[in-house]
Amino acid sequence: MKARSMLLQVAVAYLMPLLLIFSIFLLIRGHNEVGGGFVGGLVAAAAFILHAIAESPKATRAHLPLSPDKLIAVGLSIALLSGVLALFQGNPFMTGIWLKQPLPVIGKVGTPFIFDVGVYLVVIGVCLHILLNLAEDER
Amino acid sequence: MNAWSIAPIGLALAWGIMGLIFWQRIRLLRWLGVLGSTSFVALSIALLTMVQKEKFLILQVGAWRAPFGITIAIDLLGALMVTMTSVLAWFIALYSLTEIDESQVRYGFYPLFFLLLMGVFGAFTTGDLFNLYVWFEVMLMASFVLMALGGYRAQLEGATKYVLLNLIGSTFFLIAAGLTYSLTGTLNMADLAVQIREIDNPSLPLVLSALFLIAFGIKAAIFPLFFWLPASYHTPPVAVTALFSGLLTKVGVYAMVRVFTLIFPFNGTILQPILLVLAGFTMVTGVLGAAAQWDLRRLLSFHIISQIGYLIMGLGLFTPLALAGTIFFTLHVVIAKAALFLVSGMIQRLTGTFNLKSLGNLAQTQPGMALLFAFPALSLAGLPPFSGFFAKLILVRAGLEAQQGAIVAVSLVVSLLTLFSMSKIWQEAFWKPARREGKGILPVHMWGAVGGIVVVGVLLGLFANPIMTLSLQAAEQLLQPSMYIQMVLGGQP
Repeated sequence: MKARSMLLQVAVAYLMPLLLIFSIFLLIRGHNEVGGGFVGGLVAAAAFILHAIAESPKATRAHLPLSPDKLIAVGLSIALLSGVLALFQGNPFMTGIWLKQPLPVIGKVGTPFIFDVGVYLVVIGVCLHILLNLAEDER
Repeated sequence: MNAWSIAPIGLALAWGIMGLIFWQRIRLLRWLGVLGSTSFVALSIALLTMVQKEKFLILQVGAWRAPFGITIAIDLLGALMVTMTSVLAWFIALYSLTEIDESQVRYGFYPLFFLLLMGVFGAFTTGDLFNLYVWFEVMLMASFVLMALGGYRAQLEGATKYVLLNLIGSTFFLIAAGLTYSLTGTLNMADLAVQIREIDNPSLPLVLSALFLIAFGIKAAIFPLFFWLPASYHTPPVAVTALFSGLLTKVGVYAMVRVFTLIFPFNGTILQPILLVLAGFTMVTGVLGAAAQWDLRRLLSFHIISQIGYLIMGLGLFTPLALAGTIFFTLHVVIAKAALFLVSGMIQRLTGTFNLKSLGNLAQTQPGMALLFAFPALSLAGLPPFSGFFAKLILVRAGLEAQQGAIVAVSLVVSLLTLFSMSKIWQEAFWKPARREGKGILPVHMWGAVGGIVVVGVLLGLFANPIMTLSLQAAEQLLQPSMYIQMVLGGQP
């Protein structure tokens, strides 16, 4: 096991919340401007990977609310559900359903946003699944 | 507007998610595989009856109207292909109960199995050229991992070749799709069909269709683009090989049939004789390649290529009867081929080898297995009363009607060589005295799966008439694109 850098550990403790908040900002902003679930997911995954480098892959896994493969499953389910919702209104699959009033801070919310949340989770799940497995193999 | 047309994709995704959730519950996953495939079979039969009644099941995803959004459209051909896929998947799932070992299940066999099916269903049902590309990629991603499942050295070698050559195919597809878009400004297949016919310069569509021919030719493993197939198909577990042999190359052929009937009808152009020549060469090289093989799975892999030649022949002839022949032949060859692969898996399980030289005497020690081998083998060679006979009969008749004697002659000679090749397996594996005796008892699921798929193959021959009627209807739909165009674009000319 390599000696961990204390500088990095301290930096990550501050960086990680910032990166995660930024990733959610990107996710929400994505509907009309640059950003979205994919980019947001990558940033969030990068935050966790930074943590894994500073601490250890095991510590990162303990931080995750769900294991990466479950994250993928949840993300895919959310994406699928966002499409299926339209069926209950008698519209074709994936027709957008929007709230009439925009929410404060978040803005207009509708099923495309929910779909993007699904993408966000899938991207985090896939990245972490691959990278954590690789990082653990290294030892 | 019909919400059911998205159902195969959605259902496959839902089962894939289930597979992810229960990733580590091995026993549960195995039965989920069977349960999921059962639901596909039920759904596809429902779709088939719906399509027969309504002709087309069309969904504009997200309620975006046709040339702008993505269209999911199932016609009779699509429904037949989805049904074939589901039936094959059901038997593969049953066979996998014991064939796919625990570590392979832990590597994610079942989620990938469902996601592969999602890609295949998507390719069979989409009405959008770029969407077709996306489904190809979904399918390839899943198949890359399935091919390397377990991570043995030979598998990795096979998977590398497979990945590389298929990516080249995908690149061609993407380039062709991009050029098509720049030429017409649309990727919706129905809209494309309209736009392409309005282009004054006939050589541009011709060049595009040649590009598509290369792209789909690599996927379908036609001559001279088939190298990836024999290099990789003998490496993964037998259940995976059987699944691939039934689905991957056939999706390539399906894409050719779809694109060359709807978007670029090539009858009368120079592509038609080229396609016929390629069909002939595909048949011959496949069967000759098989003759040189002593490894059972490699031998059968070469036969896949040779059978693809027949499918291309039907497309090249481009008459209603010939296209119906291609459709019927696809159904026949998928079942027969998968059955042969599954039997080869049984042999390997029993004796520990695929090598024909060290096999032998199985007809005496395993008469049941010999029977299960004989039926699909004779069917593949095209002997009556099996489905292969009818499939070839239709193609030969269509060829004679179109006065293409040469390709008919080639197809008949290749038939004979196929019979020779099958009798070689029979002679080596089943008749000659054995060097290594097979021991042990095979699990009952295995017998059930292989027995079942052989019975399906036999039924396909016995009920050739109604299935042929369906194929003819599907072919007529294909050759009258105006119906499809009108249904998708919604009344616009």
